[in-house]
Amino acid sequence: MSTDNSMTDSTRSEAKFSNPEQALRARWIAALAFAGTDFLERQLAALEPAPSWRALRGPEIGLALLRGRIGGSGDPFNFGETTIARAAVLTPDGRQGFGYVAGRDLRHAELAAVFDALLQNEAARKDLFERVVLPVEAARRADQARRAAEIAPSKVEFFTMVRGDG
Amino acid sequence: MADILTPGFADPVHGAQASFRTLLTALSEPGRVLALPGVTEPPPGLSPAMAAVALTLMDADTPVWRDAKAAGASAWLRFHCGAPLVEELGRAAFALCARGHEAPPLSALNLGDDDYPDRSATAVIEVASLAEGSGWRLTGPGIESERFLAVQGLPAGFREQWTANGAIFPRGVDVIFTCGDRVAGLPRRIRIG
Repeated sequence: MSTDNSMTDSTRSEAKFSNPEQALRARWIAALAFAGTDFLERQLAALEPAPSWRALRGPEIGLALLRGRIGGSGDPFNFGETTIARAAVLTPDGRQGFGYVAGRDLRHAELAAVFDALLQNEAARKDLFERVVLPVEAARRADQARRAAEIAPSKVEFFTMVRGDG
Repeated sequence: MADILTPGFADPVHGAQASFRTLLTALSEPGRVLALPGVTEPPPGLSPAMAAVALTLMDADTPVWRDAKAAGASAWLRFHCGAPLVEELGRAAFALCARGHEAPPLSALNLGDDDYPDRSATAVIEVASLAEGSGWRLTGPGIESERFLAVQGLPAGFREQWTANGAIFPRGVDVIFTCGDRVAGLPRRIRIG
């Protein structure tokens, strides 16, 4: 795939993959999960020609266990469960798309799966990155920055006096 | 590119429920040949009935062994059933034998143990033909007096294997025969002849 800078941005999720193709896919799957359903719906409607697909599985709703890490040693603990919507679709050219999104929005999962399948087509990838993935990532970064700025004034500095043992 | 997958049951919830009910009947009334539709696009290597058995009974807790032909459905089994695929026959909870006449000897499957005979394996065997009313004379639980089942396309010596399987009761394997989109059950307590 082309090494367009806008598509090789490093994100945290990429660090886990040694295969760059996998890392890139993980990145767009994450973006699709964070995208709004309405946004994906509009982007899908704008595609020429309109893509077609069939369901391999779902969309369906299930539960997933969330695990977190806490404490000095960072041991994992079971944080709780979350509802997950997932879908798997097949496009006429034989590409299999998978969508996993938090919550119960079945249409969101289906659209995420469809865009995952479409993004696997290298010929269409650059265009789809510009239309779908990059805007979602930009919106998410902006949202995170806004929240960080909102919270920053409440930051408290803790410090401990070192006891002078004499 | 990975194997191209096909959907499972056309109607996942009702397909699985109807298939489960059919398999329950097949195993509780041995000798009956029942229709098991529901999978309209079976994966490579499996008949519609064998695919429906897999979707209905197999999951992450049931290691599945496949013969060379059924191995064509490995990706499908992993995707739809989430079942661990094993190469060692003795470790499998289900053995999918898509080439019935080359099915491995029943004694090579997990026969369970005396404390937990229910942990034995189930063989799913695709056969060339299945018909009620002629052939083997079956007797045992679920059959009031006798029932007749004609099965073609099994390995030579299957009758002897089945007798030996019956002799180790309560241990022993259960068998589900599939043929196209039809199914018949042969639980371990049933006697042939």
